[in-house]
Amino acid sequence: MTDTILSVRNLCTEFTVESGTVRVLDGVSFDVPKGKTLGIVGESGCGKSVTAASIMRLLPQPHGKIVSGEILYDGKNLATLSKEDMYKVRGDKISMIFQEPMTALNPVHTVGRQICEVYELHRPDYDKDKRKQKAIRMLEKVGIPEPAKRFDEYPHQLSGGMRQRVMIAIALACEPDILIADEPTTALDVTIQAQILDLMKKLQDDNGMSIIFITHDLGVVAEMCDEVVVMYAGRAAEQADVFKLFENPSHPYTHGLLSSIPKLDSQPRTQLPTIPGSVPSLLNMPSGCRFQNRCDFATDQCQQTPEQTLIASDHKVFCWQWQTLNQKRAEA
Amino acid sequence: MAEPILRIRQLKQHFKLGGGLFQKKNFVYAVDGVSFDLYPGETLGLVGESGCGKSTLGKTLLRLHEPTAGTIEFEGQDITHLGEKAMRRLRQDIQIIFQDPMESLNARHTIGMILEEPMMVHGIGTPAERRERAKALLERVGLPRDAVDRYPHEFSGGQRQRIGIARAISLKPKVIVCDESVSALDVSVQSQVLNLLLDLQQEMNLALIFIAHDLSVVRHVSDRVAVMYLGRVVELTDAHTIYSSPKHPYTQSLIDAIPIPDPRQRDRERIRLTGDVPSPINPPKGCHFAARCPRAMDRCVTEQPQLITLSEGHEAACFLNE
Repeated sequence: MTDTILSVRNLCTEFTVESGTVRVLDGVSFDVPKGKTLGIVGESGCGKSVTAASIMRLLPQPHGKIVSGEILYDGKNLATLSKEDMYKVRGDKISMIFQEPMTALNPVHTVGRQICEVYELHRPDYDKDKRKQKAIRMLEKVGIPEPAKRFDEYPHQLSGGMRQRVMIAIALACEPDILIADEPTTALDVTIQAQILDLMKKLQDDNGMSIIFITHDLGVVAEMCDEVVVMYAGRAAEQADVFKLFENPSHPYTHGLLSSIPKLDSQPRTQLPTIPGSVPSLLNMPSGCRFQNRCDFATDQCQQTPEQTLIASDHKVFCWQWQTLNQKRAEA
Repeated sequence: MAEPILRIRQLKQHFKLGGGLFQKKNFVYAVDGVSFDLYPGETLGLVGESGCGKSTLGKTLLRLHEPTAGTIEFEGQDITHLGEKAMRRLRQDIQIIFQDPMESLNARHTIGMILEEPMMVHGIGTPAERRERAKALLERVGLPRDAVDRYPHEFSGGQRQRIGIARAISLKPKVIVCDESVSALDVSVQSQVLNLLLDLQQEMNLALIFIAHDLSVVRHVSDRVAVMYLGRVVELTDAHTIYSSPKHPYTQSLIDAIPIPDPRQRDRERIRLTGDVPSPINPPKGCHFAARCPRAMDRCVTEQPQLITLSEGHEAACFLNE
């Protein structure tokens, strides 16, 4: 068994909207393995980004709130940590990169200044020269050519891929234990995405950090992650070692997702398997299993919220009917 | 083989940039000499990364841009310089579906108005007939008939894209250009919309030009696939061959860059491209891909490789194939 660096326990997050409160996360639990990559995968609105924002305590204020549950890291519960203590964790121990580096970077500050800022906050003992030297070293580490020259450039002078590299340099400036990457390659072209994914793997090998990789792309999950949480409508549907998940997807949603992606080697111009319908609105969730209205295997039992079933020590599923699914697949 | 419904020859679309009194004029060579035929009932996929000119090409085909050079023939008629009135009539036959249906559907119009407008413009039917047709169209794309009285914001992304499709087929076109039409959708919804497009195509014998950046999606819906790089088609062949035996190094590296949803394949051998896609403003002289190409030779920098036929229906523009 690997060590756990961060543990999320029964996390519930709510947002206040005009028509009341919506529960965006409803009892999410997972462990982030030390030095490895945990993928959180799901479609729009499943709560994967809110999970990241909850861990970072970056929920939009005053609408978003963690109402219960724990986020355990280094003997502390981040869910209840004071603002001041959280400042010390964020950017130093746990960092985050986002989908759109152009909106995450400050357009009126040079790239160098934005990296130095991290040191000003978290390494007050560094003087100006040391900060600059460290920042240039970071730019070099993330594969930016001519780092000393780029130090004085502004984000708009860089390409999309280079901007994402700068984001990574900022995030890793203090060598955090955990990097949360929220769709970091979604806005990039596929050849640039491949470069950034390679870079993230290399940096992880170098400094042994853990990564929480949030994505909607199962291909990226298969390339990058060691363990995976599949989320649906604010809850975990399935959680497993990456090889087991793809070999033996045991939640009908995971199974449906995997079969509905067009593969590079599939037969062109054939009908794709689909998941019928669409995700229910957060304001109007069915009681019990939230996938039941789209599920081929739903029974009366699915009116009750599915409990966690351990299929193997590293494979959990939240579904009453997982055996029916596995049986059907074995027959096929 | 049947006559092509659309025949494009050496189509160029350049845009002027800047060019003030003392400024040097720059050109964006968005589309730089593209030729292909499109046959009734087939799907031609156009794939490439941002800035390769695939969307510009799609818009130029509909004459939403005025082409800089080259010819567009529709059903044997040269429409490259057709007057606006005649062109408007012709757009009954050539339609387009965009990426973001929220931006291409008027938020202040009901779905009924959105679907009836094209018929009104082209003087088809009475108001009652148009209404009925709008309802029938909604039903055909898998939406309730009473959606005619609702507004775009009441629908999800996938449903809005269905509305976009309903509008595109409302005039019974012969060609539809789908510009990144499923790219913004979640995978479970994406597959529903792709299936719908395939169904409609068969039913109406539609010719589709399917533009997207995702090669797995393009391959899945296409009979033939054209790979574009900086304004030019670098390879064109059928959907099987493009994956099984690509003949252009860019096609190969594009395939290699796609993450495969199977962790057992994560350590496969593959070509990794370095560097960024160069800007289409004043692109390099020789082969546009030479700067990133792992197999570039001296002549690639100075000479532009032409698309040559390697075998029946397989063309590629690379000196390695000579």
